[in-house]
Amino acid sequence: MILIKNVRLVDARGERGPADVLIGEGRILSLEGGEAERVIDGTGLFLAPGFLDLHAHLREPGEEVKEELATGLLAAVRGGYTDVVSMPNTKPPVDAPEAVRALKEKAEALGLARLHPAAALTLGQEGKHLAPAGLLKAAGAALLTDDGRTNEDAGVLALGLLQAAPLGLPVAVHAEDATLRRGGVMNDGALADLLGLPGNPPEAEAARIARDLEVLRYALRRGQARPHLHIQHLSTRRGLELVREAKRAGLPVTAEATPHHLTLTEEALKGFDPLFKVAPPLRTKEDQEALLEGLLDGTLDAIATDHAPHTPAEKEMDLLRAPFGIPSLEVAFPLLYTELHLKRGFPLPRLVALFTDGPRRVLGLKPLHLEAGAEASLVLLSPKEKPVDPKAFASKARFSPWAGWVLGGWPVLTLVAGRVAHEALE
Amino acid sequence: MRHLLDFQGWTRAQVESLLDTAKVMREVLERPVKKVPALQGFTVATVFFEPSTRTRISFELAARRMSADVVSFTAATSSLQKGESYKDTLLTLEAMGIDAYVIRADAAGVPHQATRWVKGAVINGGDGRRAHPTQALLDAYTLLEALGTLEGKKVAIVGDILHSRVARSNAELLSLLGAEVWCAGPPSLLPEALPGARLTPSLEEALREADAVMVLRLQKERMETGLVHLDDYIARYQVTERRLGLAKPQAPLLHPGPMNRDVELEGALADSERSLVNRQVQNGVAVRMAVLYHLLVGREGA
Repeated sequence: MILIKNVRLVDARGERGPADVLIGEGRILSLEGGEAERVIDGTGLFLAPGFLDLHAHLREPGEEVKEELATGLLAAVRGGYTDVVSMPNTKPPVDAPEAVRALKEKAEALGLARLHPAAALTLGQEGKHLAPAGLLKAAGAALLTDDGRTNEDAGVLALGLLQAAPLGLPVAVHAEDATLRRGGVMNDGALADLLGLPGNPPEAEAARIARDLEVLRYALRRGQARPHLHIQHLSTRRGLELVREAKRAGLPVTAEATPHHLTLTEEALKGFDPLFKVAPPLRTKEDQEALLEGLLDGTLDAIATDHAPHTPAEKEMDLLRAPFGIPSLEVAFPLLYTELHLKRGFPLPRLVALFTDGPRRVLGLKPLHLEAGAEASLVLLSPKEKPVDPKAFASKARFSPWAGWVLGGWPVLTLVAGRVAHEALE
Repeated sequence: MRHLLDFQGWTRAQVESLLDTAKVMREVLERPVKKVPALQGFTVATVFFEPSTRTRISFELAARRMSADVVSFTAATSSLQKGESYKDTLLTLEAMGIDAYVIRADAAGVPHQATRWVKGAVINGGDGRRAHPTQALLDAYTLLEALGTLEGKKVAIVGDILHSRVARSNAELLSLLGAEVWCAGPPSLLPEALPGARLTPSLEEALREADAVMVLRLQKERMETGLVHLDDYIARYQVTERRLGLAKPQAPLLHPGPMNRDVELEGALADSERSLVNRQVQNGVAVRMAVLYHLLVGREGA
């Protein structure tokens, strides 16, 4: 039994407290205290439901030099995540039930964050033949995606949506027209021209979202069950508008945004540092403001990290050859707590919802609120500020575009169903 | 200036001082003994991650004419793709005590990245489609020889502007020196914006009343990726005797080479009196001598 005394509570429903939270048998037993073996003074801290990341690249199997479950899931609990969806673009891709099962078993043995593997939508993520969705679901797959690939064949995506619908599996898409993107490595526009770097136009995202929404309409009309299309790492104003219109029209679509698109812009590329090379690319201030509006008005359902670890040597290549992606599991919440909530007044319950209820809903999980009887997957957060230190990351990718940024809101205790998975209490 | 990456942050006076030094170097090159001891004891490395014989030889000759030691590193891009990193290559050279690095790469920004890794002076020998500052300096020097001044002169740059580091650096530098720079090319080969230049899809608009014309090389890969059709390009954008008639009489013709005769430029024009192509190559050595001298010896003065 753990008692967290005098702690502020924050979940999707609001902020309240202070309360004395009694935890035992994997649940919240009471918000009004009680006897416990361990008492934690929660004065000045706040407690939230555990975070769920819809989009992490944990690189296992095949690229353990970049990350593995042990390091990735440790990074996750350090970042306040109790649940993580791993992307299937591993080597080989996760497209068979045995692979899903193996990942789940290994993650459970680690006792860190809980793993919800995403499986490939198509065999080998090649966009040609559908993977066995029913078997993948039975093995524990949480969603289907060819993330990293862009589903060029609309017909295959339509079949994938139809197949996944009765299973209740969302189909997540990296919405980017590869033929319009060509070799783009940063946002297309005057800055890319100035820097002499090939651009990836915002229209490549919007064009693909528009197509995918039509594919969704088709699957909705033709199928018996309701499909669910989830759009990953939305980055543009126009893409966001398309999702907003679709949601208003009642289409079963959800969307996520990443910490980097919310806190960095294309200007970061001015120093030619491949650290800032991500896909989709960092966009303009205008796009970023649109994403913020989308977080507030519900167009965006979740903040997902797109945690994409690489070796430092790879990120020290040139901008054409360095791989896309940055690690962010350990800093996502402090970053947005500081940059959005503290600096811009973004409501804290809404922010927490984007890390908890929002992503849970995308996976079809029930909301997790701070109340007696709820599962004790919790994160205790401290407003105390400290600088981001990539050298101290649990992730193997010990570099960060936010290195040195002074942030508050760091997780000091992460409980996964009542079990202490991370502790950094002073 | 510690490095020469592009012309951001450069003043007109700094450029003019550099070009004055180039004039002195040009005289050195005309002596029977074409060598001065200015850089004795310095070591210059040419680090070419992208092959280019002409630029590399020009730099190496420039360094040797000033008595510097020269080492050269060339890497096939394929070995880079296998994971050999720029950083490791440069750190290895750094350990050998290099004073200046001339870096050429197919990716924009590599010389900028290099300044984070090495202590020596970094000279951009051409990075992707981004910049080729010594080419722009030698073009400016050649134009000044021909025209006397660039103030108020209209310079037309013609061809694949989007992928051209030569166009970018010339737009930056020539406008800094007072020229009015026009860039013309097919819409698929024009950027959205180019600081220092006016962009137009009309070759005629760029050539009209031009005081000088710079023709860029059309790269074969642009045709292969479908950005432009060769016959269409020749029909609409080749600089011909007739079209050159739109420019001022005797307006000089420049080309950074290597040239595709009868593609971007009518073959006969390349050999005509108006062509300054060989003069550009000669001036290239002098300008590069001046750059090395300013970065290694004349740091205070530059």
